[in-house]
Amino acid sequence: MGILEVKGVNKRFGGLKALSDVNLSVRENTVHAIIGPNGAGKSTLLNCLVGKLIPDTGSVMFDGQSVLGRKPHEINQMGISRVFQTPEIFGDLTVMENILIPCFARRDGAFRLHAFENFAHEKDLVEKAEAILVDVNMIDKRNMHSASMSRGDKRRLEMAMCLVQEPKLLLLDEPTAGMARADTNNTIDLLRDIKSKRDITMCIIEHDMHVVFSLADRITVLAQGTPLVEDEPENIKGNPKVQEAYLGEAAH
Amino acid sequence: MLGLNKHDAMLFVIVLILTLLAPFLLNPFPQGSSLAQFNAGYPDLMQRFVIYGIFAIGFNILFGLTGYLSFGHAAFLGMGSYAAVWIFKLLTYNVVPAILLSVIVAGLFALVIGYISLRRSGIYFSILTLAFAQMSFALAYSVLSNPKFNLTNGETGLQVYSNDPQWLHRASLPDMPHLFGLSVRSTYTLRMNGWTFDFNSGYYICAAIMILMFYLSIRIFRSPFGMMLRAIKSNQQRLNYTGLNSRPYTLAAFVISGMYAGLAGGLLAAMDPLAGAERMQWTASGEVVLMTILGGAGTLIGPVLGAGFIKYFENIFSKINDNVLHQWFAFLPDGMEDLMVTIVHPFIGKGWNLTLGLLFMIVVIFLPGGLVEGGQRVGRVFRRRDRKASGAEAEAARQRRTPAE
Repeated sequence: MGILEVKGVNKRFGGLKALSDVNLSVRENTVHAIIGPNGAGKSTLLNCLVGKLIPDTGSVMFDGQSVLGRKPHEINQMGISRVFQTPEIFGDLTVMENILIPCFARRDGAFRLHAFENFAHEKDLVEKAEAILVDVNMIDKRNMHSASMSRGDKRRLEMAMCLVQEPKLLLLDEPTAGMARADTNNTIDLLRDIKSKRDITMCIIEHDMHVVFSLADRITVLAQGTPLVEDEPENIKGNPKVQEAYLGEAAH
Repeated sequence: MLGLNKHDAMLFVIVLILTLLAPFLLNPFPQGSSLAQFNAGYPDLMQRFVIYGIFAIGFNILFGLTGYLSFGHAAFLGMGSYAAVWIFKLLTYNVVPAILLSVIVAGLFALVIGYISLRRSGIYFSILTLAFAQMSFALAYSVLSNPKFNLTNGETGLQVYSNDPQWLHRASLPDMPHLFGLSVRSTYTLRMNGWTFDFNSGYYICAAIMILMFYLSIRIFRSPFGMMLRAIKSNQQRLNYTGLNSRPYTLAAFVISGMYAGLAGGLLAAMDPLAGAERMQWTASGEVVLMTILGGAGTLIGPVLGAGFIKYFENIFSKINDNVLHQWFAFLPDGMEDLMVTIVHPFIGKGWNLTLGLLFMIVVIFLPGGLVEGGQRVGRVFRRRDRKASGAEAEAARQRRTPAE
């Protein structure tokens, strides 16, 4: 029994069948990658997991509870954090504030009217935020305006914002999309580092095979809205069905 | 100090001192001199400075922090005024219950209007708030004023009549709004050869409340709640995916700013026990937007500056008439004098809005951060000139030496 169980999920957009009968099981403390050519339904699947889309049929269970029909902030409070394709951070705020917000969210829940409280009394959270900044090598940038940072640093910051919440599941949506090779390798190193330092379950949606094979413990290949195979990386490489899905795409 | 950091505490102390000394500072020209028309130190105007300051400080908590632009905040101002006048009519002329009720009434209406309007963001939110404000105006102006049920007294405006019950009123108390017996109109006038300074109790009541409200706004700006509101302006999607529900945060900000507006409305009525529907009209809502942007939205002091700036120039420009212009341009030859008066004429008196429009355009185009940004730029230029001056001198000294060598 995995921490995330997707069963019989279907999603239609008008005449287009984006997902058909998707089953997926993500086991605890593994890195599970979902790969597939363009238009395979990877992003649709992800949006069904985070509450942005509701599947037509099927169930999505996380940690024994259904996520369907819940709002994004409720799903996050259940323990799922998400990294976006292009880093989504609070650009007008400082790096430290960017980290403090998820700290408050984890401690105080979805809303609290702390209008007359003072940061001076939040030593615990500030220390926690500092620790994670040390962890991702950004402590010297703590007072920087986050919009003015490089894209790599923004990605790093977004990752830290998710990690500081100690999520049960970290969802990554094409974390290296549009990156140069060097940046891609940095991101891979960062993710490996994160994985080695703590017990964490990650689910990566990715297009880039290099990233997937560097990180994943388990891979699901999605093609035309339906899972082709689910297996360990070594077995995926030689799988003829997978080659066909990718080569087929390359051929036309 | 008081839970503020050094920088904020200094700003607070400066505002405190300026507000307390306003009767001196705003009357720099001796009575009877030709410049006396630029004086602003009389009670009525000073009261408006601080009351509209409160209005703008509250508006800035919503607009400056969350970026939600409400075009209907005057509705809360008007509701506050009506609530206060009803207290005067039914209970007592004491301003304390009147102000409390105006804050509560405005807060309740803000809760309902905010709950509905905040379902949308951006321009749709602005239009929804505008629609609510115009509906409130229409209700106050005609619907809620009929012989059977007269809540607002329509065009005439709500006021206190001698046959109103005023259950808690006693003969020993002043027959006008008062604070536990101290009439808001009691004024001590200090005369010092040529100069006169008015110390009005109504002004000091409003000033004390404004200082308290300014302090609260600093605390809100610097609190975790304030940080969440800035996060909403910055990236609402990220906030939701970080496990925070943005809706109650924006609603709380909306209600707080609505209560500030209600407080300002209550104080307006406390200084002059009259409430009219025009106080809720969309032009009044627009005015607080102008004040906040002109002063600097999202800054602590900006809205206060903007409110003071607009109310001061409104007063001065409206007072200038053609006679005054003729005096000013008297030094020019006759034809030129008339020409100048003709050119300037549309911008003064009733045409003050034209001047305000131009000023607003200039600020938005050249100083998007408002007067606060203007001040910062001037400060930077001076600092740079100091540095450049020392740098230039060194350069010049080096050049003087070179030819000799």
